[in-house]
Amino acid sequence: MRSQNEFSYGGDATVKRPELNKEVSDKDWDNFVYNRKSLRGKHKELWQHISGCRQWIKVERDTATHEIFKTVKAHEDI
Amino acid sequence: MTQNYRLDNIGLINRDKKISFKFNGVTYFGYEGDTLASALIANGIHLIGRSFKYHRPRGFFGAGVDEPYAIVQLYRNNETEPNIKTTEQELFEGLEATSVNCWPSVNFDIGAINNFLKIFLPAGFYYKTFMWPKSFWYKIYEPFIRKAAGLGVASIEHDKERYEHKYEYCDLLIAGSGPSGLASAYAAAKNGARVILAEDKPRFGGTLLTSEVNIGNQTGKEWAENIISELKEMPNVIVKNRSQVFGYYDHNMLVMSEKLSDHLPKTKKYNPKQRLWYIRAKEVLISSGSIERPLVFGNNDTPGVMLSSAAKEYLKVYGVLVGKKPLIFTNNDSGYETAIEFKKNGVDPIILDTRKEPKSEIIDEAKKLDIQIKFSHVVVAAKGYKKVKSAEVAKISDDKNELGTLENINCDCICVSGFWTPTIHLASQSGNKTIFNKDIDAFVPGLSKQNETTLGAANGTFTLEETLKNSFDSGYELSKKITNNDNKTSSPIVMEKKSTTHDKFWCVPLPKGKTYKRFLDFQNDVAVSDIEIALKEGYRSIEHVKRYTTLGMATDQGKTSNLNGLQLVSNIENKIVPEVGHTTFRPPYTPVTIGTIVGREIGKHSKPTRKSPMHSWHEKNNAVFVDAGVWLRPRYYKIGEETLFEGSKREAKNVRANVGVCDVTTLGKIDIKGPDAAELLNRVYTNAWLKLPVGKARYGVMLREDGIVMDDGTTTRISENHYHMTTTTAQAANVLSHLEYYLQVVWPELNVNVVSTTEQWAGAAIAGPKSRDLLQKLFPNIDTSNDGLPFMGYLEAELFGVHARIFRISFSGELAYEVNVESDNGNFMWEKIMEIGKEFEIQPYGTEALSTLRIEMGHIAGSELDGRTIPYDNSLEGLVSKKKDFIGKRSLGRKAFVAEDRQKVVGVVPIDKKTSIPEGSHLVKDAKAQIPNPKLGYISASCWSVEYDNPFSLAIIKDGKNMIGQKLFAMSPLKNKTIPVEIVSSHYVDPKGERVRS
Repeated sequence: MRSQNEFSYGGDATVKRPELNKEVSDKDWDNFVYNRKSLRGKHKELWQHISGCRQWIKVERDTATHEIFKTVKAHEDI
Repeated sequence: MTQNYRLDNIGLINRDKKISFKFNGVTYFGYEGDTLASALIANGIHLIGRSFKYHRPRGFFGAGVDEPYAIVQLYRNNETEPNIKTTEQELFEGLEATSVNCWPSVNFDIGAINNFLKIFLPAGFYYKTFMWPKSFWYKIYEPFIRKAAGLGVASIEHDKERYEHKYEYCDLLIAGSGPSGLASAYAAAKNGARVILAEDKPRFGGTLLTSEVNIGNQTGKEWAENIISELKEMPNVIVKNRSQVFGYYDHNMLVMSEKLSDHLPKTKKYNPKQRLWYIRAKEVLISSGSIERPLVFGNNDTPGVMLSSAAKEYLKVYGVLVGKKPLIFTNNDSGYETAIEFKKNGVDPIILDTRKEPKSEIIDEAKKLDIQIKFSHVVVAAKGYKKVKSAEVAKISDDKNELGTLENINCDCICVSGFWTPTIHLASQSGNKTIFNKDIDAFVPGLSKQNETTLGAANGTFTLEETLKNSFDSGYELSKKITNNDNKTSSPIVMEKKSTTHDKFWCVPLPKGKTYKRFLDFQNDVAVSDIEIALKEGYRSIEHVKRYTTLGMATDQGKTSNLNGLQLVSNIENKIVPEVGHTTFRPPYTPVTIGTIVGREIGKHSKPTRKSPMHSWHEKNNAVFVDAGVWLRPRYYKIGEETLFEGSKREAKNVRANVGVCDVTTLGKIDIKGPDAAELLNRVYTNAWLKLPVGKARYGVMLREDGIVMDDGTTTRISENHYHMTTTTAQAANVLSHLEYYLQVVWPELNVNVVSTTEQWAGAAIAGPKSRDLLQKLFPNIDTSNDGLPFMGYLEAELFGVHARIFRISFSGELAYEVNVESDNGNFMWEKIMEIGKEFEIQPYGTEALSTLRIEMGHIAGSELDGRTIPYDNSLEGLVSKKKDFIGKRSLGRKAFVAEDRQKVVGVVPIDKKTSIPEGSHLVKDAKAQIPNPKLGYISASCWSVEYDNPFSLAIIKDGKNMIGQKLFAMSPLKNKTIPVEIVSSHYVDPKGERVRS
C-alpha cells in the first residue's frame, strides 16, 4: 500500500470526454466540463501516482469510509 | 523547602539523584523519576493555577494523561511552552514553571472576583450577555474576556528544536503497556510477529506498577519488568515509552507522538525533541486502559480533591502522600485499594462508601486493617478555598434522594472513585460504533470497524485474570493469522483480590438551602447547573449541549467529564445513556505540539529549492535572487549600490543595444517521442502541428477543456518522431500531468511517450542585435544567416566539443537564440558565452529585465495567462485553428467568450509619461465616480520601457478592441494613487515583429 500523499486526485472516472471532431450539444458539453455528482458511498475516481511512477489509475473508493475496493490502470475498465 | 510529604521506603524514583526546580520563582527539590506534579505534592504544594472561567483555585486531579487542570507554563533551555500537564512533565535539573491563567499571582487572583459574583457565569452566558449592544464588543467585552480567560502564553520566538517524522510498518501495533498490552505483545512477538508496543508514560507496566497482584509467582511489577526486558531484546519488537498513539485514521494508519527530549534539561545535539510516527499496522490492539470517574459533589474542584487512583499512583510510584488525613469517597472497591495503601504506609484514612452493605475480599482486608468505613455515606461538599480543610458529609437514604444530618470531618484531601471509564478514543476514531455496557455504566467498543481489537480495561474487563487470558489469546491468534506460526504462549496463574459490584450512584444531591457548585468538567468549569440550564433552554442533542456548555471540549476532551455529563443528561431527560449517545471522539487524544505535526518541513525545508547549474556563477557575480516557483532565479546582477530599478533598466537597455544572456534553465522541458507525437500536439495545442518540418520550432497555446488558456511555449521537432516541448516555469509540472492524463486516460491508443527533461538541459538565452555575431563566434562551423538558421529554426552543433541545441526563438522581442547543453556542461557554456561575449559588450540579465523586455513587446506571460483568459483575450486569434478540433475548442463558442465587448490585453501609458502604474490597479472612466466605481479592467504587468524611457503597462480591459486611444484613470486604493492614462496597443515596441526576424 502507498501513502495517499504520493497521489493527486483527478476527478470522476466515469466521465467520458466527447469524441474529437464530433457534434456535441451545449448540454452534453456543459455536463462534461462542469457538472459532477458528489456521491456518498462507492465512487469511481481517477488518481495519478504523481510522486511515483506517474501512472494514472482508476480507483473504486467509498467516499464515506475511504475504503478502497479496486484499482486498475486508467485505460482499463473498472 | 523540605519534601514533607515524601515517604522513605516506597516508590520507583531514584533517591540518589536529587533535582532542583523552580515553581513560581521558588526553588524546590525532587528526585529523578518524579513528575513535576509528584515533586510539587511532595513539597506540599497543591495550588497550581486558576480555573478557566471562574478563576477558582486549581490543584491536581489525576496523575497522568487524565489530568484536566494542573497545567503550567514551562521554561526549558530559554524557550517556553504553555499548558504543560504537570502530571506528565518529568522533572529535570533546572526546570522552571509558572502558573497559567492567574493575575497578578496564583495566591491572589483578580479574576477570582468572577467566583464571588452573585450570579455565576452560567452556560451560554457569553452568548447571551455579550451579544448586545454590538458596539460594546470590541471596546469592552472582548478585552475583558481576553484578559480574564485564556490558558498559557505561546512563545512568539522561532522554535529552535528539531522535530522528525518517521514512517513504520508492523504486524501488530499495541497501544498501552499495561497488563493487556504486555501480554498480547509478548504472545504475538513469541509467535514471530513484528510488534510495536507504545506506552505514553516513561515507565512500562500501567496499573501493574500500583496494584497488589501476583502473576506466575511474581509481583505484578516484577512480571511487567521481566516481560519488557525480554521484549526489548527481541529483534521483531519495537518498544517505545513516552509515546502516545493519539490518532487512528483510515486503512489502519495510526499516528504516535514520541517525546524524546522533553524530560531532559536540553535536547542533545542533532537529536529531535519529538518524533511523529506514521504507523501502518496490519492489526491494532488497543490496550489503553481506563480512567477513574469522579464523583460529583459540592466544590468538588477544590485543590486536594483528586482521583483515588491518582492518590495511589503518587504513593506507590513516587512515594508521595497527597495528604496526611485522607478521606476516601467511593462507590466501588477501588477506593479501598487506595485506603489500604495509605494505611500500610502509616496514614489513617476514612472511607465513605455510597453503598449500603457491600461485601468483598478487598473490603474485608480494609476492615481487618482497622480502617474506619462509613457505609451509605457521601461527601456533600468540600470545605476550604485553596486547599481542602474538611468535608461536609452526610448519610444518604437507600433511594439516594435524602441526605441525613450534615457533619464535618477534618481531612486534607478527598480521594474520589466513581468507578472506571474505558478509554475508547482510539477504537471510536477508527469508526467503531461503541455500545453501552450497563454493568459498568460506560461505553465499550462494539464491532470492529477496521482491524482493531480492544483488550482489558479499555474493553470493560476489569479483572486481571480475564484480561491476561484474553490478551495472550488475542496476541497469539492475530499473529498466527499474519505469520502462520503456531507458538502459543499461555497465560500464567494470576492471584488478585475479588471485588464486588459498584454503586450506580455518582452525583450527590444538594442539601436544602445550599448552592454549592458541583463540577462535571474541571477544565472548562462546567457544573451540574450549567447542563440543567442548557436542557431547560431546549438543547437536546448531546452535541449541542457540549457546544453550549463547553462540556468535554478543549485539550482535555472530556477524559474525566464525558460520562458524568451523559449520565446527568440522561437522568434529567429520563432517558437511558445509550439513547443520549456520546459526542464524537476526535484525534488527537492528547494535545500534540504543532512542531511535531509539521516536522522538519519548515523554512527552507518546506519545499525543495531548485538551482540551475549556473547558480554558483550567478552568486559570484552579485545576483540578487528571487523565488520563481520552486526555483531560485537571478532577479538582477547588482553592480555597486544599484537598486533593482536601476540594475534591471541597465540590463534591459543592454539587450536592446548590444547583447544579453539570461539563464532560462528553469523553463519546463518535456521530451515527446512516438509515431503519434504530432497528433498529440495537434490535439493539445490550439494551432496546427501536423505539418511542422523537422528542425523547426513553433509557438503554441494549450487550453483547458473550459477554454481557458493553460500554458504557452514553443515546441521543436528534433527528428521525425521526436519533439522538444517547453512550458512556462510555473506550469511545467501541470503540463506534464495534463499530457499524461490525455495519453493514459482519454486517448490511450496514441503511441506517444512523454517525460520531463527540465533538469537534463541547461539553457541560456542570448538576445540582442549583436547576438548573431556572438553565436557565430560560439559556433564557428554553423551558418547563422537567416537562410542557415531562420527565425523559429533549430540546429544541433558542438560548443567547443560539447553537444548543444540551438533554437532561434525570442521572448525579449530581439534577435535571439536559446542554447541548451546537458546540465553538467551548463556552467562551461555560460562561461564561454560571457568570455566570448565580452567584445560585444555582453551583460547577464535577470528576471526583472526579462519582464521589462517582454512587457514592452506585448508578449503575454503568467500575469495575463492567469486562469481567467481565453486565447482571444490575448489577441491569439491567429493561433486558434478553425479546421481541427483540440482540447477546449468546444468551450470557445460560449456566449460570454464571443461577446462583442469581450476583454482584451492592451497597453497602458501614463499621460504624464512619468508615473509608474502599480500592478493590480483598476481602470475606470471617472476617477471621482461614486463608489463602487465601475471597473473596466485591471493592470496585469508594469515596467519602465527602456525603448521609450517612460512607464508602460499591460492591462486586461473590457471591450479592449475599442478602447485603444481612450483616456482613463488607473486607480490603486492600496497605494493611494490615481493616474490618468491612455490605452494603446499592447505591442508597444516593434509592433511588426521585425527584429526577431532580422
